[in-house]
This record gives sequence, structure tokens and C-alpha cells, in this order.
Amino acid sequence: MSDSKNTRRGFLAASATMAAGLGFVAIAPGIRLIEAASAQGKLASSKVRYGLLIDSNKCKSDCDACVGACATENGIVEKVANPRQRAQWIRKINLVETSTGKTHSLPMMCQHCAKPPCVDVCPTGASFKRADGIVLVDRHICIGCRYCMMACPYKARSFGHQALTTQNPEVPRGQGCVEACTFCVQRVDRGLKPACVEACTNGAMIFGDLNDPNSDIYKRIREVSSRQVRADLKLDTGVRYQGI
Amino acid sequence: MFTPNFRYKEGPAFYLLVAAGGLVAAIGVAAAYYMEHMGHIVTNMTNQIPWALPHVFAIFLIISASGVMMVASIGTLFGKNVYKPRARLACLLAIALLAAGLSVIMLDLGRADRLPVALTHLNPTSEFGLNIIFYPTFLTLTSLYLWTLMEPRMNRYSKTVDLANLIWRLMLTTGTGSIFGFIVARQAYGTAVLAPMFIISSFAWGLAIFLIIQRVLYGWSNMVLDPAVLKRMKNLLGIYIGAVFYFVSVYHLTSEYYAKQGDFEHFILIDGGIFPMLYWGGFVLLGTLLPLLLIFHPRIWPKPGAVTTAAVLVIFGALCHLYVLIVGGQAFPMEIFPGMTATSSFYDGAIEHYVPSLPEILLSIGGFGIVFTIAIIGARVLNVLPQDDIAQLKASGSLTD
Amino acid sequence: MFKRVLAVMLFSIAALAQPAVADAGRVPKPTPTIETPGQCVAPVEEMRRNHMEMLKHQRNRTMRMGERDTKVSLNGCIQCHASKINGSVLGSRDNFCEACHAYAAVKLDCWDCHQPKANYKATASAPPTMGLKP
Repeated sequence: MSDSKNTRRGFLAASATMAAGLGFVAIAPGIRLIEAASAQGKLASSKVRYGLLIDSNKCKSDCDACVGACATENGIVEKVANPRQRAQWIRKINLVETSTGKTHSLPMMCQHCAKPPCVDVCPTGASFKRADGIVLVDRHICIGCRYCMMACPYKARSFGHQALTTQNPEVPRGQGCVEACTFCVQRVDRGLKPACVEACTNGAMIFGDLNDPNSDIYKRIREVSSRQVRADLKLDTGVRYQGI
Repeated sequence: MFTPNFRYKEGPAFYLLVAAGGLVAAIGVAAAYYMEHMGHIVTNMTNQIPWALPHVFAIFLIISASGVMMVASIGTLFGKNVYKPRARLACLLAIALLAAGLSVIMLDLGRADRLPVALTHLNPTSEFGLNIIFYPTFLTLTSLYLWTLMEPRMNRYSKTVDLANLIWRLMLTTGTGSIFGFIVARQAYGTAVLAPMFIISSFAWGLAIFLIIQRVLYGWSNMVLDPAVLKRMKNLLGIYIGAVFYFVSVYHLTSEYYAKQGDFEHFILIDGGIFPMLYWGGFVLLGTLLPLLLIFHPRIWPKPGAVTTAAVLVIFGALCHLYVLIVGGQAFPMEIFPGMTATSSFYDGAIEHYVPSLPEILLSIGGFGIVFTIAIIGARVLNVLPQDDIAQLKASGSLTD
Repeated sequence: MFKRVLAVMLFSIAALAQPAVADAGRVPKPTPTIETPGQCVAPVEEMRRNHMEMLKHQRNRTMRMGERDTKVSLNGCIQCHASKINGSVLGSRDNFCEACHAYAAVKLDCWDCHQPKANYKATASAPPTMGLKP
């Protein structure tokens, strides 16, 4: 593929060539990149709206399989001295109804709102929503201001308080940026379910396309009564709960 | 016509003041570098309280920057002669305060090295993003206005520029208030009253800072402020203090009125530990009532240092108030599931305890160091020292009560 | 782009200014170890000039549009170029990324968040009570 003579050229020679043809330098990468971009793979589509239905009746209060699976898949395994500074993309919340004492247990994570406050408040546009409804952080332009953490009604986001070396290759994480549940976007893009859903042996989590009439989640949401957390804020969350 | 005397008494005072201010600022920057290098683990900011002490100070400085310009506008726009010689110093302080406030908030960023990203990527729905337009424009208008004051040929434009700047400042402070006003997630924020509250607060805090710096500069130059001038300025500060207290009360009362937020108000005002202490002791007693006494008691205010002490107390009260609003607003558990008590590994439903760490404190105080250093150097190289022609003011009736 | 043009211009000026300086005594040219030569996604010359543009372009498509398993990919680079000695593209002047970046004094920002080791898998040693208790 490559010309062996070229490999021996020094940087000075390369730079001289560049200096000689600034016009080439200015235009060429663009052309090459369009060519390189005509790649395989589907792109996220706005026809799809990914969502998650969680049945708190089936969720056991002493089970945190979803949390462990998330940690393994996304490499959230670092040791953090102050537990309040530890990143948690998904957490189990145990609830007690104040009036009746009835208890519930459920996993809480980024609710992947259709109108996400984090995206509204992000000064640089690092918080963004993909066409298919997955809310992500662009770590390349996140400046770490934490305004999104102030604005999120679900406390779904964590801040990278320390430098990391234990990232999984497909899940970049690091110091100084804000992060949250991605619906395991690296898996979803390949047609897999998020790690938490796959790990839930109680069948309490259904993942799928909220817009697809043939999907399990679509059918289920039509059958049972489910609700969005903090529905009063009208954020149109992608994660729905049943049984609370 | 009255010609101001530009010659200050030179002495070691200038260098001592600059060295002191510069040292405080340098320590603040060093603390920020340490935070940046080690990560925010060296702070006590957490996933539960992501904004804390540096934000209290930064917001105080930024709001005061817009407020201190009122000193100038009262002279230029509203024609009060006593304030006219004070416009230049107000401009200098506004620039210093804004620079310091932005420095503190920028240095606290998780990725402070990405400042160029913040400047080149703008999300127009974000209050923070809009500030990238608000602040530099404010800086430009203030510098332009200062030029119209200092260049005689430009004098005739000063009113126009100041009017534009006044409108811009009101928008800017509304925007700063809306940083919190638009947060619907937490019980403490998400109310429209925050914007006017921040505006009136800016007037009080800006004037308090002005009075302190004016006192320092007069002391350095062996000058004495005429009691008649001081009386007018301290009376205005008193009115501002009262107005701030009114708005803060309205904020708490409206919040109390909504049944769902009763618990939050109870926390902030009664049983929230440090927060009721800072609110009642810091903001109400030391930051409002005591300054009002110092300012309005006929036998106390003329005493040397009374008004300056009042101004210092106003600033202390302001920081207490902002601390209660910003940190207290996060320490109270976010109500994700109304009507249920929540427990989790992420401290859902738990009241948070925050104690600022040393780097945070040093960075925050460093902000004041930056203000002070810029103000002192600016006052040395620019002709901004307010000098009153008392005879003329009295003759024109500007000093009658 | 602007930065690179500027860099080239400055570099050229510097090169013209001291044409007679001998190579002796200067920082030695980088000698990155190429583990699997001749299998790159583009010719060496082009990679040297444009790898950062290619990566930046692809990163935005992958992150914002979900385009996966593409010819250009940072993980692809690591997979091929990680050293057989320490499994990473970083670590010493022989490691692929560090070699040239250290020579050219261009800060590597990628590895603040991305994993520089090939075939790395975070071991599942999450805190035992991660989900239920603080």
C-alpha cells in the first residue's frame, strides 16, 4: 500500500513539500476525508427513538446486576477516595412512599430526554442529542463547567474528578469532563442491547425503539400504565417506569 | 473651571499594595493550577455539589462588575454632579471585577485549557454560552465609555455610550440571574425573581466595593472624602441594602408559598445547619441590619471607618447570601420522586455537607487579589481618582439634602 | 488548518534562516517502531500529514452519527500500532504516537480519555457495594 521510499523521507522534506503547495494542503484533506467517510455501517436515524421501560415491580431491592454490568461494559472501575466524587452512570434507588410505607426499587440513569435540559444549558454544545434520541457528551469540546449537572433533574451526570487509565477502548472517559449513561451507544450501534438490560435477569428492563410498532417496548407501553419521572417538567424522557 | 490635581504623593504604599494584591492573586492561580493538574479530587466539590465556593465568588464578582457601573450612570445619565467625577474609577473597577470573576470561573473549569473551545463553540440556548457574547461586549462598551470620559473631544458621546452600556448591563445581569433562574431541576432555583434580585444586588455590591476602593485610594493619596459627598453615597448604599433585603425576602416568601418547596425553605431558614446560620447571622444581621445601623445612625456614620465597615459587611453578607443560594440550593436533596423518600449509593434523598477545601478557598480569594491588583495599578497609571470641587458642588446646589 | 499552515510557515522560515546548521548535536529524528508495516489505511506520506484531520473527521461522525467499524478509527490505529513490548502507543520514544509527538512537541490530548493500549479490557473490579450503598 505505501511507498517504501516515502517512509524514509524525513519530516523536513515533507514539510518542504507542504510549504511548496499550501493550496494542496488546504484542500486535499477534505477531499480525502469525504472518500474515507463513504464507509460501512448505518448512521443514527431520526426515525428511531431509543427508549427503556423499567418495571419496578420486577426489580429486586437487593439486586444491582445492572450496575455491575454497566461498570464492566463502560470501564467504571476506578478507585476514588471520596465516594461522593465517584462516577455513577446507573444507580439503584430504593423508595418508600411517605404516606403508605410501600417500597419500590428501581435503577436510575440518564433519562435520555427529548428536550434535555443538559443540552439546553451546555455553553459549547458538548451535550448533544443524537438523531435517535440518545443524549451524549462530546468530550472533545466539553470544558467541564458542570452546568449540565446543575440542570439535570435526575442527577444523572458525574464529573471526571481524577485522571484515569482504565478506560475501555470504546468508552473514552477522563478527567475534567462530565459523563453519563450512553445507553451503551457502542453496543446499540451494533444492534445489541445496553449492558444493564442484558444483565437484568428479572426481566425488569425492556430496551428498544419507541417509534417502532413491532418493538417489544412499543407494545408494552401501549398495554401497561407507565410514567415518566418528573413528568411535570415535560421533558419527554426516553426512559419510562412502570409500577411506581 | 476646576482643574483636578493629578499628582499623588508617591511612596512605598503603591508597591506594597500591588505586591500584596499580586501575591493573593498569584496564590489563587497556583491553587487553580494544582486543581487542574490533580483533578477536582483535591477539592470538596462532588457529583452532588458540582458548583461551590469558587462559583460563589465568581458570581459575586461578575454581578458587582455590572453594578459598580451604576455609580457612573448616576452621574452621566441621571445628572447627579456628585457622581460625575467617580465615573472613571467605576469603569476601572468594572473591568477589574469582570476580569477577576471570569478568571475564577474559568480557572475552576474541568478543562480550563479548552478556553478557546468555549470561545469558538457557542450554544445560543445556554445562558453560559450567551455570556460569551455578554461579557466581552460589556467590557468593550465600558472601555469605550471610559474613553469618552477621558478624551475631551469624545465627551459629547459619553451619555449615548453609557445608555447603551446600561441597557446591556441590565441584560447581562438578567442573564447571570437566569443561569439559576432557568434551572428547573432544583427547588432553590427556577424562579423569575432571581433576575431582578441579582440586578438590585449588583447595585448594592458594586457601590460597596466602590466605597472601599475609593477609601483605599484616598488613604494612599492622603486625601479626605468630603462628609457631604460621603453622606450622599452612604445614603444610596443604605437604600440599596434595603432593596436587596426586600427582594431576597420576596424570593424566600414566594418559595415558601409553593407548598412543594416548603421543605426546602425550612431547610435553608431553620434546620439546615450552616445555611440558616449564614442566612440569618451572615446576610441578615451582619450583611443587612448592622450596615444599616452604621449608615443611618446619626451619631455613628460620621465616625471614621463607619461607612467603610458597612461596605465591607455588605460584601460579607453578599457572599453569605450567595453561598446559601448556590451551595444550600444543592445541599438540599433534589426531589426526583415527590411523595417518597429515596436512598441510594449516589446520595439521593440525603442532605449534603460541603466544606470548602484549601485550593477552592485560595482560588476564590485570589479573585479579590486580581480585582485589587488591577484597581491599584489602574489607579496609578490612569487618572481615575475622584476629586471633588466642593465649593462648586455647593454653589450648584448638588450637595443640599 | 490555520494552525498547521502557520506551523509550516514558521518551520520554513526557521529552516531557511539556518541552512548551514549540521544535524550533529540536534535532537535525533524520531524512530517509531512500526509493528505491522505496509498495512496502513493510507500511504505513509498522507498519514503523516493528515492523520489528525482524518481522526477528527471520523470522531465527529462516530460520536454524533453513530458510524462504527470504519476504515479510519482511533482504535484501529492503536490495534495496529501498539508496541509489542508494552502493548501501548505510548510509553517511550519508541512507541508509535509518542515518538513523533515528543519530537514535534505537539501535545497529545487523545489519551486523557482514550485507552492507549490495544485489546485492553477493564477488569470488573467495581466497588462491591457500588449499586446499593455509598
